[in-house]
Amino acid sequence: MNESINIPWLVGSLVAAIAFVALNASMLVWLERKVAGHIQRRIGPKEVGPFGLFQSFADGLKLMSKQLIVPECSDRILFKVAPLLVMVPAIMSFVVIPFSENLVARNINIGLLVIFAFASVNVLGLLLGGWGSANKYAVISGARAVSQNVAYEIPMLVTVVTMIMVTQTMNLNEIVLQQPDIFHWYIFRLNASPLMPVAFLIFFVCSMAETNRAPFDLGEAESELVAGFHTEYAGMGFGLFFLGEYANVFIGCSLATILFLGGWQSPFGVFPGVWWFLLKVYTLIFVVMWARWTFPRTTLYGLLNLSWKILIPISLFNLVLTGVMLKVF
Amino acid sequence: MDIIEELQNRFGPDGITPQATRDAIPTLWIAPDLVPGVLGYLKGQAERPYRMLYDLTAIDERVRVHRDGQPAGDFTLVYHLLSFERNEDLRLKVALGEDRLAAKSVISLWPSANWYEREAWDMFGIAFEGHPRLSRILMPPHWQGHPLRKDHPARATDMEPFTLSEEKEELEEQALRFRPEEWGIAKSVDGKEVLFLNLGPQHPGTHGPFRIVVELDGEEIVDAFLDIGFHHRGAEKMGERQSWHTYIPYTDRVDYLGGIMNNFAYLLAVEQLAGIEVPDRGKLIRIMMAELFRISNHLVWYGTFVMDVGAMSPVFFTFNDRERLFAIVKAVCGARMHPNWFRIGGVAEDLPRGWEGLVRDFLAYLPRRLKEYDRMVLKNRLFKARTQGIGAITLEEAVEWGVTGPNLRACDFEWDFRKKRPYGGYDQLEFDVPTAERGDCYARALVRVEEIRQSLRIIGQCLDHMPDGPYKSRHPLATPPLKGRTMHDIETLIDHFLGVSWGPVVPAGECFHAIEATKGSNGYYLISDGGVIPYRVRIRTPSFAHVQMLPLMSRGFMIPDLMAIIGSIDFVMGDVDR
Repeated sequence: MNESINIPWLVGSLVAAIAFVALNASMLVWLERKVAGHIQRRIGPKEVGPFGLFQSFADGLKLMSKQLIVPECSDRILFKVAPLLVMVPAIMSFVVIPFSENLVARNINIGLLVIFAFASVNVLGLLLGGWGSANKYAVISGARAVSQNVAYEIPMLVTVVTMIMVTQTMNLNEIVLQQPDIFHWYIFRLNASPLMPVAFLIFFVCSMAETNRAPFDLGEAESELVAGFHTEYAGMGFGLFFLGEYANVFIGCSLATILFLGGWQSPFGVFPGVWWFLLKVYTLIFVVMWARWTFPRTTLYGLLNLSWKILIPISLFNLVLTGVMLKVF
Repeated sequence: MDIIEELQNRFGPDGITPQATRDAIPTLWIAPDLVPGVLGYLKGQAERPYRMLYDLTAIDERVRVHRDGQPAGDFTLVYHLLSFERNEDLRLKVALGEDRLAAKSVISLWPSANWYEREAWDMFGIAFEGHPRLSRILMPPHWQGHPLRKDHPARATDMEPFTLSEEKEELEEQALRFRPEEWGIAKSVDGKEVLFLNLGPQHPGTHGPFRIVVELDGEEIVDAFLDIGFHHRGAEKMGERQSWHTYIPYTDRVDYLGGIMNNFAYLLAVEQLAGIEVPDRGKLIRIMMAELFRISNHLVWYGTFVMDVGAMSPVFFTFNDRERLFAIVKAVCGARMHPNWFRIGGVAEDLPRGWEGLVRDFLAYLPRRLKEYDRMVLKNRLFKARTQGIGAITLEEAVEWGVTGPNLRACDFEWDFRKKRPYGGYDQLEFDVPTAERGDCYARALVRVEEIRQSLRIIGQCLDHMPDGPYKSRHPLATPPLKGRTMHDIETLIDHFLGVSWGPVVPAGECFHAIEATKGSNGYYLISDGGVIPYRVRIRTPSFAHVQMLPLMSRGFMIPDLMAIIGSIDFVMGDVDR
């Protein structure tokens, strides 16, 4: 791609990204409710539109028509900034995600780095939202979210560094191009490291934990902390946290797809394109939802133990092993 | 040597006078100054000691007519002790004059006395010397008067018209404020402010309106302070203005998940007082319905407990199963949660045609589901990690704090009133009493799940062996009487007329009956003054004792563990506050 900035393309892409995030989130909410419904032997939404498809739009309208109540004792600025800190980085991450070979807003060489740079801002939003609310539940939740994010960022980044060593690039599109069919997907490249499937698992688990999804949803554990960091948020304040969460789930799953499952490439080497990418991502998202409606919540200690005692050692070992394999072969 | 002689030999015959009651429980009047000594002896030194303070309550005796042979006094304090070794109860009464309504606190003997004494103070105004925090427990702190006294109005129409002025509203608001200094704890330690986290009265994890304030160090619970009474509906006071018959629907709502089970405890006491024997068919219908409600309660508990530890789906499954169960209840009773179905002397109606099919389908259906839940919940590693070793109590602690039911059996102690003191026909049925070791949240879960299976076994036997015959006694006090013969002989017509217009006149006397209810031991202590309404209704509920243990169970754990503990002990606030 040419290196000079194509302003109309970028603006158009950003608008498209925002539209996609909103649309995607509303569809994911619908999907989540349907998945939850069927797992729980219910029907789920069915009244608004065909199969209840427009339910999320109705909910969105309701949220938008509600007053944004700012609690009296809260830090007004932080309180209002926090949802944006969750939402804006999530949208910015979409800029570098290759939906297909050409469908990418900015195909830059450090795409992977950009995503992680933006992803690490997310936790700041949760912390400030919790702190700014001046609510004890929210503060506890914010503290939980930070310790959780820090703990899981390490194995995740170690795994990503391993992947960079293997792929030798941070350009997401190039990574995808290296995986033309199912035998070249990095999850099955056992000659690069025999632990590749494990690395995928670590990455996936970490991305679930990073996005505060069950069974790692300690931050918004509703039976304990009411709603966690967004307890005090009403209307679209809450809505933005909600959108941000789904956007982050999407980004986590698309990164897993790009790094391990061949991105927009077809498993058979024919008809590559955006549909493959979406299919893979939504399959992963379905797994995320499936886990949420199946497992109990972990405890904070259980969560941190998993990270520090299991995931980090394994991912470090994998890093060393991969380095050795690269050197030897 | 029975316990009465033993006490009289030791403490002298003057201060200890036996009293006859309708139940077989030995009842003794004790001189006030002997109380700490006698209680200490019974708990500690007596052979086969009375280790549990089962209940502590009071009676306002001032307008009672039938008190022959009882010592004079305006109020009576009643200690109800339970000995597991003897399988016997003991009731100790202390007469108190209106001029000096005070007694020595027995918290040093039984920590569970704390709430019971506060309740006696709240309801009757009896002061307990040496109590660390004698304050209102069920009524709001600014309440005037003591509700269970006979001169306190029971109806809103007996009181001034209600108005809510701004000052009053402010007062109510202030009454809800948590003030650490009232509990004798510092607001800051070493210059650092202590974090108090308030959960409730409205909180998704508290299972009904009650409040826990936890003192936190990080997320670790240093101590917990409980505030109950938000669900208080004056069930005991209502008993004093409803006829023996019309009080039955009120009992349904005490443990509102137990439904019919509450009818059972109340009516067994009434029938014992009136001397009514229930016919076999009536007995078995009662047992079958009661066990259905035990399953219903345990299903709700199962789902909500798992939801408390964060799994969102099982609650829908168990509620779904409960709906199938309610189909049977609806077919039999016409209502779901509060069927108000038992009557004095039997049940309201005979079983409907086709009930066998409904019950048989359910018996075939539920075991499969339970197996699935075992795989989904009890064998789930995350669930185990969340519940094993959490909130454990020892058997000694459980007995000290008055714990009964599944929570007691989770401490590896086989004690079930259905087995130990078979009532209402349970001696005819085969079932096991499940127990578990370790007394933690997981053990409590294991016991309850196994109890569902045992209840299914009992229901199966009821189904196979349901006898023919009347479903209600022909005793004249059975209410409403069997209609069949009213138009044929005048005696039955008169009984019917009196029973329906006045309500049955139950002979004067006292009686207590305990059952193995859904959550533990539920008991009704009834006093009749020979009228159509009870003179005093005391409801001993299991949850009251269990909830009181929460601080002990949760100290040193974290907030998520507190939720697991709350879920695991299975209480409803209706059962705590009555």
